Amino acid sequence: MIMKKVIFIMLSVVLIAACDNAGKKDAQVEKEMAVNTEELTGEIPELSIYNLPSTWTTQDNEHIQLEELRGNVLVMVMIYTSCKAACPRLIADMRNIEKQVPEQYLGKTKFIMVSIDPETDTPQRLNAFAKENEMEDDHWMFLRGTPEDTREFATVLAVSYKKISPIDFSHSNIISVFDEEGVLVHQQEGLGVDNTETVEAINIEVSN
Amino acid sequence: MKTLIRLAICIAAMIHSQAYCQSGSMVEIPGGEFLPLYGTETKVPVGNFKMDVYPVTNAEFLKFVEDNPRWRKSQVKQLFADDNYLRSWKSDLSLGEGMLPNSPVTNVSWFAAKNYCECQGKRLPTVDEWEYVAMANETSPDARTEKSYNQYILSWYETPATFNNPVGETFKNYWGVYDLHGLVWEWTADFNSVMIGGESRQDSTGDNNLFCGAAAVGATDLMNYAAFMRYAFRGSVKAKYSVKNLGFRCVQDIEKTEL
Repeated sequence: MIMKKVIFIMLSVVLIAACDNAGKKDAQVEKEMAVNTEELTGEIPELSIYNLPSTWTTQDNEHIQLEELRGNVLVMVMIYTSCKAACPRLIADMRNIEKQVPEQYLGKTKFIMVSIDPETDTPQRLNAFAKENEMEDDHWMFLRGTPEDTREFATVLAVSYKKISPIDFSHSNIISVFDEEGVLVHQQEGLGVDNTETVEAINIEVSN
Repeated sequence: MKTLIRLAICIAAMIHSQAYCQSGSMVEIPGGEFLPLYGTETKVPVGNFKMDVYPVTNAEFLKFVEDNPRWRKSQVKQLFADDNYLRSWKSDLSLGEGMLPNSPVTNVSWFAAKNYCECQGKRLPTVDEWEYVAMANETSPDARTEKSYNQYILSWYETPATFNNPVGETFKNYWGVYDLHGLVWEWTADFNSVMIGGESRQDSTGDNNLFCGAAAVGATDLMNYAAFMRYAFRGSVKAKYSVKNLGFRCVQDIEKTEL
């Protein structure tokens, strides 16, 4: 009987938490609408990834909302650290792109690797991976989220992925560039492809 | 204080929606193992879960947008839905001419479907879960090798505008679930886990460079054209797409509801 009650309370909390979230979003919408009438600046564009409410953990074990990255140009790719096939090449592609971005722009650019294997890719592991690959400057960032948020994020990037064995995923190789407001401005698909346009997109967005 | 008010509103909304959503009956699906047609060469496990007997209807979705203004068609953010979202609705809170309240809701994006399920304390089914239940015909849990089963599905693909029909008029399958075939296509949680090679529609995906572990997907049985169509369709949509013949239903993990 007591057990039943406890379960019921737990369930209620779960339901309320889920619903509270929705309530909060509504409140947010109302607030945004109120702001809207006064001034247009400050509003997150409708197409911005900053509309995604998820919380992520970095390689330094810090929790962040995507929105905290607002103001940076984002270069994002989805990988997993135990990947032996395409991911090292994807990482190499990211590094090649980074090399071509003028140094003075790097302060306003974030190169972000989002894990598609959050169970394995703990912050510790991401941190070790960053060290191994000498991606420790401030403009490199590794993110890990819940499986649901990761799936949602992938849908926004049009990245497909599937776990095909305990240690392997198949996934699309797409590098995406977002402007300072979090709106997707460019994608390159494939491995080792010509990245001129991607670099151009970054440079244009940072200099804007 | 704000939190308290929110809680109160939520509880009220919960009670309200729960009372309203009695129509959303579910049946229990005992888990098992099966070999999906695409995406794997080994059997995949499916846990126990409950599935909605019917797809979500226009009336149910209308209730949802009444309670959740951010999903009304005038307010939904472009990131979460394209221009076709609830396209045939007359306005934010009224269905279009001739639309039946008990027809399946369509022209909804993946984001909207996902949020709808979450607000009911449910979730979207995975591709594997959906396919597992959809293998059944009236009498068998796995009818995929039966000619009549495949013929039924293929003849549905050729029938126009079935999305205008009410829910519950196709067959009741082995598990007690209706309309998995014969009414509308349905969103799944991980629809974007589909990676079919060059033989499917689109493209670029024939290029092995586009995928890590590209060998992952080979059809184990190309004979099953009906299923192939579903996988190809999933591979061709994006989460903000709102398509005329694409609806959804929700599932629920069993542990959560055993009160």
